[in-house]
Amino acid sequence: MKMRWGLSLLSLLFLFSLVACDSGGKTIRPVARKPGKPAYGDAIVVGTGGEPSNLIPILASDVPSHDIAGLVFNGLVRYDKNLKLEGELAESWDVAPDGLTITFHLRKGVKWHDGHEFTSRDVMYTYRITIDPKTPTAYADAFKQVKTAEAPDPFTFRVSYAKPFAPALESWGMSILPAHLLEGKDITKSELSRHPVGTGPYRFKEWIAGQKIILESNPAYYEGRPYIGRYIYRIIPDNSTMYMELKAGTLDMMGLSPVQYSRQTNTPEFTARFNKYRYPAFVYTYLGYNLRHPLFADKRVRQAISSAINKDEIIHGVLLGMGQVAHGPYKPGTWAYNSHIRDFDYNPALAQRLLAEAGWKETNSDGILVKDGKPFQFTIITNQGNDQRLKTAQIIQRRLKNVGIDVKIRVIEWASLLAHFIDKGNFEALIMGWTIGQDPDIFDVWHSGKTGPKELNFIGFKNIEVDRLLEEGRSTFDMEKRKRCYYRIQDILAEEQPYTFLYVPDALPVVSARFRGIEPAPAGITHNFIRWYVPKEEQLH
Amino acid sequence: MLSYLLKRLLMMIPLLFGITIITFVVIHLAPGEPVEMQVAMNPKVSAQARQRMREFYGLDKPLHVQYVTWVARMAKLDFGRSFAPDNRPVTDKIKERIPVTLSLNIIALILEFGLAIPIGILAAVHRDTLLDKGITIFVFLGFAVPTFWLALLLMYLFGVKLSWLPISGLHSLGSEGFSPFRWLWDMAKHLILPISVAAFGSLAGLSRYMRSNMLDVIRQDYIITARAKGLSERTVIYRHALRNALLPVITLLGFSLPGLIGGSVIFETIFAIPGMGQLFYMGVMARDYPLVMGILVIGAFLTLVGNLLADISYALADPRIRHGQR
Amino acid sequence: MRLTSTYFYEVFWKRFRRNRFAVAGGVVVLLLFVLSLLAPYITPFDPDAIDAYNVLLPPSSAHWFGTDELGRDVFTRVIFGAKISLKVGFVAVGIAVLIGTVIGLVSGFYGGWIDDVFMRFVDIMLCFPTFFLILAVIAMLEPSIWYIMIIIGLTGWMGVARLVRAEVLSIRELDYVMAARALGASDLRIIFRHILPNAMSPVLVSATLGVAGAILTESALSFLGIGVQPPTPSWGNILTSGKDYIEFAWWLSLFPGLAILVTVLSYNLLGEGIRDTLDPRLGR
Repeated sequence: MKMRWGLSLLSLLFLFSLVACDSGGKTIRPVARKPGKPAYGDAIVVGTGGEPSNLIPILASDVPSHDIAGLVFNGLVRYDKNLKLEGELAESWDVAPDGLTITFHLRKGVKWHDGHEFTSRDVMYTYRITIDPKTPTAYADAFKQVKTAEAPDPFTFRVSYAKPFAPALESWGMSILPAHLLEGKDITKSELSRHPVGTGPYRFKEWIAGQKIILESNPAYYEGRPYIGRYIYRIIPDNSTMYMELKAGTLDMMGLSPVQYSRQTNTPEFTARFNKYRYPAFVYTYLGYNLRHPLFADKRVRQAISSAINKDEIIHGVLLGMGQVAHGPYKPGTWAYNSHIRDFDYNPALAQRLLAEAGWKETNSDGILVKDGKPFQFTIITNQGNDQRLKTAQIIQRRLKNVGIDVKIRVIEWASLLAHFIDKGNFEALIMGWTIGQDPDIFDVWHSGKTGPKELNFIGFKNIEVDRLLEEGRSTFDMEKRKRCYYRIQDILAEEQPYTFLYVPDALPVVSARFRGIEPAPAGITHNFIRWYVPKEEQLH
Repeated sequence: MLSYLLKRLLMMIPLLFGITIITFVVIHLAPGEPVEMQVAMNPKVSAQARQRMREFYGLDKPLHVQYVTWVARMAKLDFGRSFAPDNRPVTDKIKERIPVTLSLNIIALILEFGLAIPIGILAAVHRDTLLDKGITIFVFLGFAVPTFWLALLLMYLFGVKLSWLPISGLHSLGSEGFSPFRWLWDMAKHLILPISVAAFGSLAGLSRYMRSNMLDVIRQDYIITARAKGLSERTVIYRHALRNALLPVITLLGFSLPGLIGGSVIFETIFAIPGMGQLFYMGVMARDYPLVMGILVIGAFLTLVGNLLADISYALADPRIRHGQR
Repeated sequence: MRLTSTYFYEVFWKRFRRNRFAVAGGVVVLLLFVLSLLAPYITPFDPDAIDAYNVLLPPSSAHWFGTDELGRDVFTRVIFGAKISLKVGFVAVGIAVLIGTVIGLVSGFYGGWIDDVFMRFVDIMLCFPTFFLILAVIAMLEPSIWYIMIIIGLTGWMGVARLVRAEVLSIRELDYVMAARALGASDLRIIFRHILPNAMSPVLVSATLGVAGAILTESALSFLGIGVQPPTPSWGNILTSGKDYIEFAWWLSLFPGLAILVTVLSYNLLGEGIRDTLDPRLGR
């Protein structure tokens, strides 16, 4: 449950999980109970829709797996509650004046859950296995920028880069794996994928297939033993069931849907038992076009579609107002966000004019535009289990019908969507989301060199100027210079409309009121999870 | 009897083959190669590794050869490895799920038969009365209500509003520390809703069948004779008629299984019960072909066994078959 | 033949009328037909008209059944959904009846190894949990309404085949069929003229029940997200979208839920009624 690191595959995330809580902003402060005295014990029960796939974090790209891994493993660095990088397994680090070499001074006395000591060997192993071409991981890119990595002694780890790489430090937030258990073995066959051993605040205890995963607090955790004794991750496939479990008091934390947040959870009975939180998530949802498809080759067509979509209507209907319009790939208010983007606002007349200019004409009376004898038809795909995206798709479907475009919607299971549709470029348009990383580097999503199979620029966006700006932006540490690069990129994206950027939703987590010590911060609520507690007299489990 | 049994067992062989063929055909109807999935999930798979994988799954061979290899491996209970990122053997994944689904369905089956038979008899004996009509409506309501809707309404009523029953899952938190009796009671409470919903939905078919069987029997000559002999109505109905009306119901036992197993997808998903139905649903959605094929074959095989057991019990109960072969 | 059939219907109707449940079922079934045909004239709303600023409104004089999660009129969607749900039911059952009848006829009429092969095939198909097969095929192809209807049909013909076969076996040896054969009537003529009309009554019953089953199957598929796809309304997908709001927007699940319940119930009662009426043993 720590920050997501940069823009990774994982960022094509499922919104229904708790990920969305890992961010910051305004919060409705709930009714206060007496704080009580911090005490050890009790358990927190958290619901998840899907079962984790693999508990070795570099091998998994689903949110449930990373939720668990985030508690079991540590990285060298992490983001603190104010979204500043701080040391985790690295006590401190030095960056050489040229910015090309980072030396991490590792924390001494940290133990793996099996008692083995944590050393630089583990870091070296994690680095090597991640960049090993045989390892099926989606997280190798940042580590591949490393020119040399060395471990001069057990508590020092040094990496150098060939050229400045701005997201370098952030990339070492990756979970460090235990070398003594994995070295020389085939990681894909390791039993650690079902029984992980880490250095984190919680130790893996038990995985009852299809039911739950149980973690226990790690008494030897280097930051101190967490107050809450056990973390129980219950697998509940149906969202309505999950909500009923929450109401019945058998679930302690979940992410609410906007309807649940604003219409179903305002009774005194509910607010006495639960605390609700609300803040903008570090996520944006977009409608992306496959630019290799002839239908979307013409910029005017993409601009027309954007003009035909009413983003305010989507935020109202889907998020019940709990979110904001997205105009580009950054969150409003962050330093890289360009507030002067000239986006295409809702303007159906303009949409029709642009379509007509692009050669799409109404020739018969069925209301669908035609060009070269072909009707304007395409399918929007999105992932299963995300109600907000499905609703968004339906609103877009309706709006586009108004300007003469026939849209079909198809919902596909996550793994299948990635494998059969996205990775093969086998789609016309899709509704997905990206997490917005703390570092504004968005090289992986927009650079023309990242359009290969399995890479993140799967819409096939190619723009020489953007390429240059992306390279420039990541290879300098000068904030002003970076800002200029990213501002310009946002202008180009707004003009090109390779995506129609839709919205930044609010995260709406709810936690049982017996948990105290929760401190909403820019990083969300879970940044100090190990300091949450339940006063002795209120402990349940 | 022995020869009947033997004949019955031999008959299963072609059926078993038929099951595997249909499963194979159904899966190969799907567009794309099964191996694509695994390759695509793994960006680093080289053309060479891909070829190896094709060979491993025998995808470079003609379809009939693939089929034979698959069946041969299945005979050794090897269903291959799941395409999911956990890459576990399909047999393991199914093994940990089967007991839940099977025991749940057997309990539901017992409940179904335990309720439907008396209800059917009652309706037949009191034919065309208000009771008969009430029963008719009741059992058809059970059939007509969408399972997941009923399940959610009951969950809301008993779980959230009244707090009488747990909402989902199989055990409460901390049930590991319970005494055996309390543990069992805890699990029973968790099972009340899913099993009731499953049984309620399947009441109609069996009770209607029982009713019409009973009506048939009542009109038979020997019942009329028994009545004429002056035996009491109770004796006539419950001694003579019932036994004969019950007999054909046994054969239905086997056929109820596929319906229940099929329905388990819905109530396992809604009640968060880690059974085969839920696993199958997840497998299908993720196009986990080895898993889907494995569950299809095993599901059908279970029905086959169920039918066999039903037929044997029928043979044991029916004197014509029991003695006929001598 | 014509004379007798008029007589047959007269007797049928007389007996059928006495079964009040069946009549009620029949009336509902007819009403639903009318409703689904007249859908566009009954309601002033467009079933797909989204109104994002009026989502989840409770029932009112403007929106009799309230509005759904995208502000669409639930009453309108339920009425239009009737058309889709009935279409799924009828087409699926049509396919099942067609396949089942052909296989049953051929099997019963020719007997021998043909019969053996077909009946073993029926046995095999009956071993599969039908819903598993449907799920597997639809999820792997694509959840379109046509696939749904076809797959439900392809997995639902076995009962019909058995019924028809049994009927054929009993009719085949009847005097008039033997006579027709002796007079040199062709197989086809015998099948279509003499056997089929007689075998149709049990099929009618099973088809009636089949429609009900198919409507339920579609709603189960919708619950799993692979039923009829948006924006097309079906009872199953309206009910599914309402399940998340059972507690507070009850109207969104109540009305489609009741629609399914009443329809399935009616079809069952109607089917049972026809069966009872046709069953000579139950004559009073």
